Amino acid sequence: MDILQTLSKLVNESGFAGFFASGGWKNLIMIAVACVLLYLGIGKKFEPLLLVGIAFGVLLTNIPGAGLYHMGMWDSYVYGCPYDAANDYALYNTAEERAYNEMELNYYIAARVCGHTTAQIEEYFEKQAGGDVTADFLALYNSPEFDESAVNDITSKLEAELSFTDIIHLGGLLDILYIGVKAGVYPCLIFIGVGAMTDFGPLIARPSSMLMGAAAQLGVFFAFFGACLLGFAGNVAASIGIIGGADGPTAIYLTTKLAPAFLGPIAIAAYSYMALIPMIQKPLMRALTTEKERKTKMEQARTVSKVEKIVFPIVVATFVILLIPSTAPLIGCLMFGNLLKETGVTERLSDTAQNALMNIVTLFLGISVGATTVASRFLSLQTLMIVVLGVIAFMFSTIGGLLMGKLMYKLSGGKINPLIGSAGVSAVPMAARVSQDVGREANPNNFLLMHAMGPNVAGVIGSAIAAGFLLAVFG
Amino acid sequence: MNTIALTAARMGIGEAGIAAVLGYAVVFFGLVLLMCVVILMGKAMAGTRNPAKAETPAPAAAPAAPAAPSAPPAPGSAGEVKLFDVPDKEAAMIMAIVADKMGKPLNELRFKSIKEVK
Repeated sequence: MDILQTLSKLVNESGFAGFFASGGWKNLIMIAVACVLLYLGIGKKFEPLLLVGIAFGVLLTNIPGAGLYHMGMWDSYVYGCPYDAANDYALYNTAEERAYNEMELNYYIAARVCGHTTAQIEEYFEKQAGGDVTADFLALYNSPEFDESAVNDITSKLEAELSFTDIIHLGGLLDILYIGVKAGVYPCLIFIGVGAMTDFGPLIARPSSMLMGAAAQLGVFFAFFGACLLGFAGNVAASIGIIGGADGPTAIYLTTKLAPAFLGPIAIAAYSYMALIPMIQKPLMRALTTEKERKTKMEQARTVSKVEKIVFPIVVATFVILLIPSTAPLIGCLMFGNLLKETGVTERLSDTAQNALMNIVTLFLGISVGATTVASRFLSLQTLMIVVLGVIAFMFSTIGGLLMGKLMYKLSGGKINPLIGSAGVSAVPMAARVSQDVGREANPNNFLLMHAMGPNVAGVIGSAIAAGFLLAVFG
Repeated sequence: MNTIALTAARMGIGEAGIAAVLGYAVVFFGLVLLMCVVILMGKAMAGTRNPAKAETPAPAAAPAAPAAPSAPPAPGSAGEVKLFDVPDKEAAMIMAIVADKMGKPLNELRFKSIKEVK
């Protein structure tokens, strides 16, 4: 046994060597990003239940050699193209938006045999822009680096189109957990828990709150339009826009369906901004309302009977799904969870949905969403654009809700405090709390919390409808 | 691979604008319709409750009717505060929380009644 050779092999195969490989510095940056996110989650308590999980997923996925998550494998699954398991690479021609043709595949194998890196190969195909690669393949084939005996090693590790079963066989732990995100299971299970924790009473007592919940989806479509202007494709723009819905599970569900490559930045932006709601909303609320409007005291809404609360989820689920069938998974699960809460005969199930199920799914969801932030993809100008568009989406959603609140203030003869409009952005119950805080700043005897819960829960339904629309158009 | 998404199905400004306006309109349409459904549901529920009330003999005259402002203190009333199905202990907690949130001493506040919303 050659000790030096063994030690050298150990060093070369260690994760530390990965930092010095091509693009390894990006992993270091992502590990620093993970530490910042962990600090925000633990130190600043920004949505810690999800952000800590996401941040740890970011950390794990960017440790070179860990092999917990394979980006190429999921690209291969999404684009339906062959997969090179040895190099975690999807054989997909980006310029032509199709799987490699036969000659491109030959070129790819020859390039790998000659020791070309993934970055070099991607750069080559980008330059080719779908052009003929035969001449370059022959050049590689006839080059002195080409070792024919190595061809079998490469081709033996090429996989055809992947299924979930293949991913379970080939993937790492986080790939397997990510199947729950990709199949749209986790966001829907979380919605069961959200439904079980939500009291729709204030919305039933004052149905006009729905208008504020609808108006507060302005940011979704404004950011969607802005993303289209910046050159994003419609499906990606739709996923970016839904950040304005301020509803994490909905954002994750829609992005997984429409633009899975952008799941990491979109989920991180959505949850970070949700934690920053007080900072984003309060200045806008003060700027767009007058002191007199903020001081408005609202009359107590009517009492809602138990029967109404039981009938509500059944009616809403049936009606909304009939209207926009693509909302079925989200609205169906939300209302199912709420029915469990309201029936009074399924307390054990309601308790499980609110606590055990919610906690378990949050664990898996956070860490597997974080795992999608692979350095080579996350560190890009597009991530920066998503972060900026995300905050714009939140701001315009708040503005939309406030403007509707002001309109309702006028139409009701000053009986509705416009501050509750900003709660229409969803983000239950944080946005309603912000309305309460700003209302009490103007008038210490003002209690807006329960009034703001109406638009707040209407916003959850509104963002699900917005997601359903975007899914129907771009799905 | 990000370029895949950027090149695929890129929309023109007009097309994107139409999609955005249409989407916003659909959300409004859906929630306005839902609002109408909830209003109708509330009316139907009120309709089914009222006949039942009419059958019961003079509920407004009942001493503990929560809706009647001039109703005498319900059983369990503490001092001037009328308690409807709320134990003394919980009422004390509620009053303490309200005082704390308002930042005012309890003796400067006047509570008229506390009732459990069912």
